Amino acid sequence: MNTFNEPDENAGRFLLRLLVAALFAFGGCFLLALRLYTLQVKYHDHYHTLAEDNRISLLPVAPQRGNITDRNGVVLARNFVAYTLEISSDVVDPEKTINELASFIAIEPRDRRRFYKFRAENRRLGSAPIRTRLSDEEVARFTGQRYRFAGVDVQARLFRDYPHGQLASHLIGYISRINDKEVEQLEESGDAANYRGSEHIGKLGVEATYEINLHGTSGVEHVEVNADGRAVRRLKNEPATAGNDIELSIDIALQKVAEDAFGERRGAMVAINPTNGEVLALVSMPTFNPNLFVDGISSADWNMLNEVNIPVRERNKPLLNRAIYSAYPPGSTFKPFMALAGLTYEKRKWTQKISDPGFFWFGGHQFMDDKKGGHGAVDMYKSLVVSCNTYYYMLAGDLQIDRIASFMPQFGFGARSGIDLPGESDGVLPSPAWKRKRFKTREQQKWYAGETISIGIGQGYNAYTPLQMAQAMGTIANNGKRMRPYVVKAVIDNQGQRQERPLEQVTEIDVKPEYIAQVRQALEDVTRFGTGARAFAGAPYRSGGKTGTAQVYSLKGGKYDKSNERMRDHSWFIAYAPAEAPTIALAVLVENGGFGAASAAPIARQVIDFHLLEKRPNEPAREDADAKDEGPENTTNTQAAANAQTTARAETGGNPSEQ
Amino acid sequence: MNSNSNSRFRITSLGEQLLRPLDPALGLLLAALLTYAVIIMASASPSRIESQLEHIALAVTMMWIVASIPIQRLLSLAPMLYVAGVALLVMVQLFGTVSKGAQRWLEFGFGFRFQPSELMKIAMPMALAWFFQKRDGFIGWKEFLLGVVLLAVPVALIAKQPDLGTALLVAAAGIYVIFFAGLPWKLIVPVAVIGIVGIGAFAVFGDQWCQQGVQWPILKDYQRDRVCTLLNPTRDPLGKGFHIIQSTIAIGSGGLAGRGWTLGTQTHGGFLPERHTDFIFAVLAEELGLTGVLVLLALYLALLVRGLFIAAAAPSLGAKLLAGSMTMILFTYLFVNIGMVSGILPVVGVPLPFISYGGTALVTLCVGIGILMSARRNWREH
Repeated sequence: MNTFNEPDENAGRFLLRLLVAALFAFGGCFLLALRLYTLQVKYHDHYHTLAEDNRISLLPVAPQRGNITDRNGVVLARNFVAYTLEISSDVVDPEKTINELASFIAIEPRDRRRFYKFRAENRRLGSAPIRTRLSDEEVARFTGQRYRFAGVDVQARLFRDYPHGQLASHLIGYISRINDKEVEQLEESGDAANYRGSEHIGKLGVEATYEINLHGTSGVEHVEVNADGRAVRRLKNEPATAGNDIELSIDIALQKVAEDAFGERRGAMVAINPTNGEVLALVSMPTFNPNLFVDGISSADWNMLNEVNIPVRERNKPLLNRAIYSAYPPGSTFKPFMALAGLTYEKRKWTQKISDPGFFWFGGHQFMDDKKGGHGAVDMYKSLVVSCNTYYYMLAGDLQIDRIASFMPQFGFGARSGIDLPGESDGVLPSPAWKRKRFKTREQQKWYAGETISIGIGQGYNAYTPLQMAQAMGTIANNGKRMRPYVVKAVIDNQGQRQERPLEQVTEIDVKPEYIAQVRQALEDVTRFGTGARAFAGAPYRSGGKTGTAQVYSLKGGKYDKSNERMRDHSWFIAYAPAEAPTIALAVLVENGGFGAASAAPIARQVIDFHLLEKRPNEPAREDADAKDEGPENTTNTQAAANAQTTARAETGGNPSEQ
Repeated sequence: MNSNSNSRFRITSLGEQLLRPLDPALGLLLAALLTYAVIIMASASPSRIESQLEHIALAVTMMWIVASIPIQRLLSLAPMLYVAGVALLVMVQLFGTVSKGAQRWLEFGFGFRFQPSELMKIAMPMALAWFFQKRDGFIGWKEFLLGVVLLAVPVALIAKQPDLGTALLVAAAGIYVIFFAGLPWKLIVPVAVIGIVGIGAFAVFGDQWCQQGVQWPILKDYQRDRVCTLLNPTRDPLGKGFHIIQSTIAIGSGGLAGRGWTLGTQTHGGFLPERHTDFIFAVLAEELGLTGVLVLLALYLALLVRGLFIAAAAPSLGAKLLAGSMTMILFTYLFVNIGMVSGILPVVGVPLPFISYGGTALVTLCVGIGILMSARRNWREH
């Protein structure tokens, strides 16, 4: 029972147990050493790689976006460096920090909302801006207090700036924060990697269509990061390649003249160089200030631009690009093209006369002429100069819809021009085939001969964008050669290499040159003796033009109410100049402007005058220089002014466009 | 003149008086380890050096006090310490502070917290050593059975907190005493065999046992998860497996020479969890490499050898048992910690002896060294 009675024996057994314990311990240590040898020597390379992967993070460096200039080098979109006040995501209680900052730096509720949104969405970026565009004084004030604010810092960041504010905003477009849908698109197109550092993407206008050129190539910064993904040390830097600059075909001074000519009126104007398709001005009124979108538009501004507090029928829709998206019945501006069709299909001769009693009976329906009692004996020349409806009712009836529908596409009617801007619409060139596609029921799909008659004077289903009208006018002005319209003249890479956009002739219309010459002769007399004569009185150049008045109320089937401005006809004018060798062709549309001769033609006159004669290079150039010198502060001011202006317009305008 | 032979009447300097209780070998090894600890801490967490130096000062003072007390007197304190320890463990069950899902601490106000389970790491082997010394010459089945009961009560209380790591260490400390006291081999061998078979079975069937919803007997879910994570760390790389994966990467990337002091990217990138406490070994391994690791292991081995020699030469059975247990518990500490950090043992909260940050464990370990120093001296001379 008692095993350890003899002390010596006990001591010996204890020593044995110590030895066993020692072997156990040594064995254990050997096991550890073996394990560590395996990890540290045998698989060292493997773990070394893992550690490197762990710690080196590739941070994308967003490239500087390219500038946009007009054809004369006037800057329309650029970047500027501004100070932002940023709070690190390490700051546990940002609300407290913001409240303390707010005691000496103006922080609006809007800034707070943006900050929390940004902080929630961009956790890995490390910091979120609480204020952008700090003034020098604010920077100085913060610097003095910096010691109180751990994790708050002033950073210099690039911002997009549109120095001309709302001028040509539909055309230039704007950039704004990349949204989920765009992320998906980028992933599909394989560009996602290039946008990892970018916060903004072109949303509209040239900023959108030339996104690839403007954006540039992201650089990569190799940084050492900790487990939270925060950069600790920079190791290597592959700089970003700045985006290309873009030179527009637009003459911003001309654009300004056109926009000013519109004043408070709604409408659109497209002016192109008919010989090469360059768009010289592209106006959609009213406009908006693209600067509002750059930092993420506030909900107040967004509601203002979308006119949420205004009845639908009274909205001005400043975000709508009327020039390329809205299609309007062309009215009498369609007549020159009808005339060319009549000549080409030999349904009319130039000198052949018809008798106009002031109306046209067709299928038990009376189609009214524009003039009571009629124009009497009317040949093609007179039909254009005085804009005789009866002549074209008859011509349309003789041509039949199929001929019209197959003749008109060569001018670009009913199809997108392919201009390098997003959001273009097709317009409507009606035909029995179009009706079958457009409508569902058999009854609706049926083509009525009477519909052909209204198409003769550009009414009925006919509807074209101002761009399509300008392009068609340009085709006549360019003696039948239709050029693809475009707004970007050249792309200039960061080496200064300039790449001009190649000219593209879309088609040469199948019309004898003598017919075009005859129609042009008539159009040139429109501005001398005809419906456009008053608007072009005293012009020192010769031009061709055609007025148009598109009915609004009859299309709607609603009751005509003279007091309702929105029920008034749309006013068209299409023109080219100088008559001998046109360098500008344009289409002006004034919504609810009444007779084409009354509102649209004077705008065309001002634009052509400026283009041909009153080229005042100093004025717009100086304006641009001012904007440049004054920098971001000025931008903010003009922005505020523009806001006020847009607001005023939205509140007082009260005119919905129902096209 | 011939004062060496007549030390009783020698006038000694203060320094000599201070150094007398200390074993030179243990003292030097401890000094080396603590210096090493400070060097590693200076990289792992420089801001903690100051407070760790305070811990060291406290621990060394405690060691000196314990070393100055004759081993027999220490052993005579054992029953009281044991009873007090068990009483405190019961109090923890009743009034303890919950921290990280476990009740371990007793709050005494003034910010002073006390972990009774830590006391048991010393009191448990002391009590058993005292018990077996008391029964010296009459140790049989009855004594071993009683020893196991003495051991089981506090271990069960600690495991119930739940603090499996400490429970295992306390159990190990007691088992070492019982083993050194002469537990028959015919009992030891079957247990060892069962253990080896169990581990082998786990290696084979672990995946099945680790599936969601499988309840294990005795072990809590988090303990189950730790064991399962060990088997397959990648099954939860950002959660439970994160510690093991990252510490393994740190160790492996250190290589032979290490990445250099303060240059460990795993350590300083924030990838290493608890880098100043339980995972500090990974800091050492990453920055000083296998070389630094072997230096540490050599220091530990030297300490173990010295401890076992002291046990062999100790003046009484109680001193022998206690010294042997203290030495082996040091081994257990380092083996469990390094094994855990290098991924061959589950994650249990065991610090790396003398190196990890923290006062409690350091004091316990230094008291253990103090006991060894006390056991080394032939107190009958005085």
